[in-house]
Amino acid sequence: MTGLDADIAHLLAGAMVLVSFLLLYQDRMFALLNTFAVHACVLAFSVGWQAYLQRAPHLFITALIALLFKGVIIPVALHRIVVRLGIHRTIEAVVGIGPTMLVGMALVGLSIVVMLPVTQAEAAFAREDLAFALSVVLLGFLMMVTRGNAVSQVIGFMSLENGLVLAATGARGMPLVVEISVGFSVLIAFFVVGIFLFRIRERFDTVDLQALDMSRGESA
Amino acid sequence: MIRDWPTQLAQATLVLGLAPLLSGVTRKIKARFLRRRGPSVLQPYRDLLKLIRKETVVAENASWLYRLAPYLIFATTWVAAALVPTFATGLAFGAAADLIVIVALLGTARFLLALAGLDVGTSFGGIGSSREMMFATLAEPAMLMVMFTLSLFAGSTELSSISAYMVAVGAVLSISLALALVALIIVAIGENARIPVDNPATHLELTMVHEAMILEYSGRHLAVIEAAAFVKLLLYLSMIACVFVPWGTASAGAGAVFYAVGLVAYLVKLGVLAFLLVLFETAIAKMRVFRVPDFLGVALMLGLLGTILLFVSRVSR
Repeated sequence: MTGLDADIAHLLAGAMVLVSFLLLYQDRMFALLNTFAVHACVLAFSVGWQAYLQRAPHLFITALIALLFKGVIIPVALHRIVVRLGIHRTIEAVVGIGPTMLVGMALVGLSIVVMLPVTQAEAAFAREDLAFALSVVLLGFLMMVTRGNAVSQVIGFMSLENGLVLAATGARGMPLVVEISVGFSVLIAFFVVGIFLFRIRERFDTVDLQALDMSRGESA
Repeated sequence: MIRDWPTQLAQATLVLGLAPLLSGVTRKIKARFLRRRGPSVLQPYRDLLKLIRKETVVAENASWLYRLAPYLIFATTWVAAALVPTFATGLAFGAAADLIVIVALLGTARFLLALAGLDVGTSFGGIGSSREMMFATLAEPAMLMVMFTLSLFAGSTELSSISAYMVAVGAVLSISLALALVALIIVAIGENARIPVDNPATHLELTMVHEAMILEYSGRHLAVIEAAAFVKLLLYLSMIACVFVPWGTASAGAGAVFYAVGLVAYLVKLGVLAFLLVLFETAIAKMRVFRVPDFLGVALMLGLLGTILLFVSRVSR
């Protein structure tokens, strides 16, 4: 692997972290969906570049799955769901954008501090890839925590899964079967969540999940 | 590194002479984008001349600070601009004055401008100063983070060395540098009161920031402040050019031919950057003032992220 190859791989993985931050930052529904599509596309490029570097053809299939399902189908489907639910309005974040960004920074720092010493025996590239992937996963969790809206929580979940795929491609030797099954389970999860979205709306007239807390009597 | 005084003096003169032209060119391109003919590219020179000839009116309750501030603002901005390598590296002041000094000089100019805005006691000046300071609390840390990223990357805080390092390593793709570039562009847009943050061509009370602070100025004071604003735009574009597209810049003491090549390369770079700036400005709408902190916050975040990611990059090298 030459310096430039590593640089490109690094750039793409870093771009994933950056787009995760953009996801945290977006407060409009359609912008959020588009950013998620970008997230998936960057993932596809990153995985594709890995496939080229590692001479691993099966990774191209992973890249293709990412591009097709997460880059196109899921955003388009969510787009339609959002239109049908009639929630084009602003998302109300539970925590403000500024604090969320700072927490996100701290999480990136944390994942680097944790990953680099733990994986000292590994190859340099796998180490930094894992650090980036852990950041993406943690940022996905953060997104699920800070957003009250069900659709943006789904986006958070999907971006988290993108982070897992990134980790899997960095650590060589993850079998294709596992990746495909993960991909399909995400798709199934997406269907289930889509159905739930409509059920929640029917029951509570909103997709704001704080309404669920109220029905359980947890908060006033 | 060789330090030569003639180059330093030539560059200091060059930035001063070129700055109004740069603003004229950006205005001309902008007018063309809006399908207007626009004034000549030499118009800023004429404006400055006109303002210098005009009578200077000073408010009754203005203090000595109000009279002195324009010259100090101009002086600090000019010195800062002279510290950025334009067509050749190896500036005479380079050893004593690195990026941190440039940031400090610009901070001083901003401080003076805000004071001058408050001095007369009009409400506009006060609003302008408070807004400027609100933006500064985000723009300055962002600028410092960009600086940290660059100096960690190149191992020096001096612009000449950073520029030389960038030439030496050749084409390098680094996520940290990309983030630093975007952050620097956002800071440059914010600091120069360009469109998403402030509109340099308007006097609309609700949105203006920079114009509000200098509303009371007239005559030669105004001319000097305008000149400082021109120089500041040139400074940021030169900085972007010298760090991120350093190719063509002559090294210290390279000889007349290389200097000529460097000068042509520099002018081309400025032209391209000005074009891109105008393209961006034309494509985007002005932000509400209270969204600007978000915009500048992104720059701060990118700078911080760039610095953090640099430590990951270190592992692979």
